[in-house]
Amino acid sequence: MALALAEAPAASIALDVEGVSHRYELDGKELKVLDNVSLTIAPGEFVALLGPSGCGKSTLLRLAAGLETPTTGRVLEDGRPVTAPNPDRILVFQDATLFPWRTVRGNIATGLEARGLIREREYRIDEVLELVKLEGFADFYPHQLSGGMAQRAALARALVNDPKLLLLDEPFGKLDSLTRLRMQNELLDLWKSAGFTALLVTHDVEEALLLADRVIVLSDRPAAIVAEVRVDRPHPRRRDDASLIALRRSLLETLGIAHDV
Amino acid sequence: MSTAVEETFGGAGRRSLALPFSGIWRNGLFAAGTWSLAAVLTYGLPDVITWGATELFAAVTLAGAGIFLVLSVTVHRLGGVGRTLVHYGPWFIVLGLWLAAWEVLTAKLGWLPKPFFSPPQGLLHVYVTDWERLLICIAYTGRLWGLGFFSGILVGFAGGVALGWSKRFAYWGMPLLKLIGPVPASAWIPCTFFIFPSTFHASVFLVALASGIPVAILTAAGVSQVNRSFYDVARTLGADNRFLVLKVAIPASLPNVFVGLFMGLYYSFAVLVVAEMLGAKFGLGWYLQFNTAYSAYANVYAALIVMALICAGLVRLLFLVRDELLGWQKGIL
Repeated sequence: MALALAEAPAASIALDVEGVSHRYELDGKELKVLDNVSLTIAPGEFVALLGPSGCGKSTLLRLAAGLETPTTGRVLEDGRPVTAPNPDRILVFQDATLFPWRTVRGNIATGLEARGLIREREYRIDEVLELVKLEGFADFYPHQLSGGMAQRAALARALVNDPKLLLLDEPFGKLDSLTRLRMQNELLDLWKSAGFTALLVTHDVEEALLLADRVIVLSDRPAAIVAEVRVDRPHPRRRDDASLIALRRSLLETLGIAHDV
Repeated sequence: MSTAVEETFGGAGRRSLALPFSGIWRNGLFAAGTWSLAAVLTYGLPDVITWGATELFAAVTLAGAGIFLVLSVTVHRLGGVGRTLVHYGPWFIVLGLWLAAWEVLTAKLGWLPKPFFSPPQGLLHVYVTDWERLLICIAYTGRLWGLGFFSGILVGFAGGVALGWSKRFAYWGMPLLKLIGPVPASAWIPCTFFIFPSTFHASVFLVALASGIPVAILTAAGVSQVNRSFYDVARTLGADNRFLVLKVAIPASLPNVFVGLFMGLYYSFAVLVVAEMLGAKFGLGWYLQFNTAYSAYANVYAALIVMALICAGLVRLLFLVRDELLGWQKGIL
């Protein structure tokens, strides 16, 4: 039965953001980060949120993860309001944020331990280690890993919980460009095989176009949706694909950096 | 001779690597020489001031010289212990010289007079004649220190976690801790007499206070400085508050906790003498005060050496525990 659980593709969920605005209070001043954002993500869809740095994209992910509740509006998973964090919706940060006192295996085990599932699902750790190609590094500590390996370990730490929604906050932003390309392909493979819904925040137009079914462009802070582009090319996509290049040009124009690029 | 010695000292590091395989440990021979010198001087020169245990001290240093003589050919067969011995070779040489000079300046020439200075034979005399009382004192101090230190760090650690974790706890606790922290332990003696049923309890409290406060302060700082995203990650992975405290906040702050433990350990030793002022009948602190009052400084020095050795041993032990628990830091620091 346990095997069947592992082999069956993890279920995915729909995410609805309904008229969400969000404010932070900083030193008594109000900082408005999200302005009436609404979007609907179908189960199993891969959506990229594209926007300038510091525009509030990450806040949207934190709301979807349930780490915060929006000032106004609602965030719904399969129609139910998101009120608290839940391992069905896992956030992967730009920094791998591995626990430095735990080995790679220990880090991956965190979610299972926290939910008391470690005994019955311990075998999943080896499965995801293989999935992210870290089989030989299970007993390494985070400081012994390269940036790419650490980010893979962070992905494995999320995937071992069979998330239905994977929230990715610029997960490859700090990797060197070669590692980034490789990791993008790996993420795509994982998404295809595991079947979760993916919401990727990025400021890399190419990354968004290579990976996502749909790219949503956000404005500068307070973030509002300014454009939405459907990418109908089959995977694997080539970055010199003519239609992708055209899309890239139009997206950059929307972002206000069109000339010469 | 002087060039040879210089070579010996300058080349200590290199030699310790090369020597174990080359037959004779030269520093061992030198150490045997300096220790025999101490023995000969002790036995040969007449005592200006009587301290006792002259022959015994000569015999001990001679035995030491003999051991170094044997070691100088066998040390390379002793593996790890041997390598450590070889590493400290220059120390053994100097120790022999130091013992010889110390003997001559005190017992043999009388330049450093009784009762303020004691030759090594005087200390040996104390150990030989007063060992029973010293052992009892060690046991009493051990009980007081053990109870005080461990209850102190336990309460300090738990309090520190609470202070670092809970805002409300910190609101009330932090100002108190900051007020209490710098107050010297002896200032508490009047209150403790009133509060505690016996002087022993009061002493335990003083030791606990001295060791617990640095642990509490550093644990609180450590817990409150934990990277917030560790909590975010753990929460999205399904962690509850209990998990966040036990599996995130505490391991993340452990490096800080150990700094507090080291400080607490030193403070607890410093406060032992004060704590044993409170009507103790035995104990190293009591022994120090008692013998100071009678100007028996040889006894004082003898007890001080014992205390220093115990403290150094405990520090070493704490290092071992730290290395065991914080092995993940290797390469970060």
